[in-house]
Amino acid sequence: MSEQVESLIRKEYAAGFHSAIESDTLAPGLDEDTVRFISAQKQEPEWMLDWRLKAFRAWRDMAEPTWAHVHYPEIDFKSISYYSAPKSMKDRPKSLDEVDPELIATYEKLGIPLHEQAALAGVAMDVVFDSVSVVTTFREKLREVGVIFCPISDAIREYPELVKKYMGSVVPQKDNFYAALNSAVFSDGSFVYIPKGVRCPMELSTYFRINELNTGQFERTLIIADEGSHVSYLEGCTAPMRDENQLHAAVVELVALDDAQIKYSTVQNWYPGDKDGKGGIYNFVTKRGVAHKNARISWTQVETGSAVTWKYPSCILKGDNSVGEFYSVALTNNFQQADTGTKMIHLGKNTRSTIVAKGISAGRSNSAYRGLVRINPTAEGARNYTQCDSLLIGDRCGAHTFPYIETKNASAVIEHEATTSKVSDDQLFLCQQRGLDAEKAVSMIVNGFCREVFKELPMEFAVEAGKLLEVSLEGSVG
Amino acid sequence: MLEIHELVAKVEGKQILNGLNLTIKPGEVHAIMGPNGAGKSTLGNVLTGRAGYEVVSGDVTFNGKNLFELEVEERAREGVFLAFQYPVEIPGVSNMEFLKASVDARRKHLGLPELSSFDFMKLARESSQKVSLDPAFLKRGVNEGFSGGEKKRNEIMQMMLLEPGLCILDETDSGLDIDALQVVAAGVNAMRDNHRSFIVVTHYQRLLDYIVPDYVHVLANGKIVRSGDKELAKELEAKGYSWLEKESV
Repeated sequence: MSEQVESLIRKEYAAGFHSAIESDTLAPGLDEDTVRFISAQKQEPEWMLDWRLKAFRAWRDMAEPTWAHVHYPEIDFKSISYYSAPKSMKDRPKSLDEVDPELIATYEKLGIPLHEQAALAGVAMDVVFDSVSVVTTFREKLREVGVIFCPISDAIREYPELVKKYMGSVVPQKDNFYAALNSAVFSDGSFVYIPKGVRCPMELSTYFRINELNTGQFERTLIIADEGSHVSYLEGCTAPMRDENQLHAAVVELVALDDAQIKYSTVQNWYPGDKDGKGGIYNFVTKRGVAHKNARISWTQVETGSAVTWKYPSCILKGDNSVGEFYSVALTNNFQQADTGTKMIHLGKNTRSTIVAKGISAGRSNSAYRGLVRINPTAEGARNYTQCDSLLIGDRCGAHTFPYIETKNASAVIEHEATTSKVSDDQLFLCQQRGLDAEKAVSMIVNGFCREVFKELPMEFAVEAGKLLEVSLEGSVG
Repeated sequence: MLEIHELVAKVEGKQILNGLNLTIKPGEVHAIMGPNGAGKSTLGNVLTGRAGYEVVSGDVTFNGKNLFELEVEERAREGVFLAFQYPVEIPGVSNMEFLKASVDARRKHLGLPELSSFDFMKLARESSQKVSLDPAFLKRGVNEGFSGGEKKRNEIMQMMLLEPGLCILDETDSGLDIDALQVVAAGVNAMRDNHRSFIVVTHYQRLLDYIVPDYVHVLANGKIVRSGDKELAKELEAKGYSWLEKESV
């Protein structure tokens, strides 16, 4: 079978082009001056620079984590450029008409229309290109209902009280090696504030693109949903095909105050490297949300890109009756490696969490689910349901599950189910005997496997995710 | 419609079919019987092109086409259908989605337009009722959590929807209780006409009480060693296979 399956997993990465856009790129290197330079570029207030420097000093004394089930050569953090911005951004464009046409063309090539009239109905978009946010659509319209959606660098200047109060409140500067690095050198990202009782009238989305060579992308996203508010947020990411590995270390913080709901969906399609494992993005990301009383945080992710993924979107269920959810599809092919999962920390009474993780491995790739469910002594009546399923395509890939369960309250109810299966010869033969070709058969089988997660995605994203799987699997069967 | 000439085939290096000849005309029902290991299931798998079944020599034409020049899915689209002895599950893929994709693939091959979802749904519901499957099964994953009998009825439902020219039933009666057997047989009989042919592979004469064959062949040591009409099946039921096996060596 492997031979047949093998040849189905080979298709070109469609977002792998590089755009010829003139950029101001900081020379590689990392010291306090780098941090000062970035802060100065962003015209940040003093308190922000101090915050960054504190993070940088902490980072210098920290060690890179090695516990993940991934292998890659040591990263030389001094050989990376920590800031790159398109030249035309020097005087920030005030409207879309002033945006570099090359940039608009780049996004059109990616199938993302930046013009508001052409943009998907009901989706507002922030677009981050290398280290800067280049455009945020529907900003004014959202402002009418009190929703703030802007680049985080703007928020630092315009809404310092909100930023000061919440940045680092969920993921502290010293949380981990990559979070500390991000806290020191983060360049841009999105900021969202939904006022009390407001249901955000459209989906918010951020599109991340790495374009420059040898550049790391360190974006930071902060979403605050005030009491009783609702928001659904989507992010997508791509990068050019390059032989060198590039680093992406993001931090995302979600704050859901009492009775608020945040739904955060990701379609991660960073360049995964070529079929021999050359190049690709190192995706080392810290994502965490805190849910107050009766609040709900839901993470949905479809991870098909990156050479190495290290990512655990988590929920701290602080308030009583709060709910945390994690729905994940992680697909690895060729030489990709993924170590991904979640942490559900139950603090409040009657807190509930659901984890549905689907891992698909093809080629010579390795995919691991790593998840922690912790029930603290205060979490009377907490419940967790975890389901992790692995699907193997071919016989040279691997799937691993590392569940950690810590419970300190006897009233907790925790369920854990795990399965491993293969796309079997028999399944393929059944499909082909009914007239379907092998590629269609594999994509149907894989999509069926992911169904429970896809149904959690917003409509347009679900369609995109299905197609992405099909492309990512191409060549895995012959 | 189907001509099998001197077919020799191997499975895992072992020769299973040793020069098999069989001619099937449109509208005929041929039963293939024989002891375990005679090559009964191998025949169906070789005709449909399953991986691991290697054709050493001989040829097979189906409606004038050389079957061995076609891919697995092309043979299916041409109208060769295999009802599996052990249908596999495909979790999460709804029966409806799977069936529509199959029917569309066949229709496209025949130069017919795809059915609208509405028309297809109607057709699928009718077929499910013909095999006494609750239409709710159409929404479930392919064979997911189906009982043995439900799986077999699902196979017959697929056969009805795809309207193949040649239906190969591989021990469809195994594991069926008498009620399910009757439902399956009724489904098959309803599909019999002057054009459609059947190869019914079975161990037992019982199925042939319900699906009455035009010819009965005994397969032993990879060859057809005796052919006759339905009376041969009864004789086999009484005498077993060993007397024929001895003759064939």
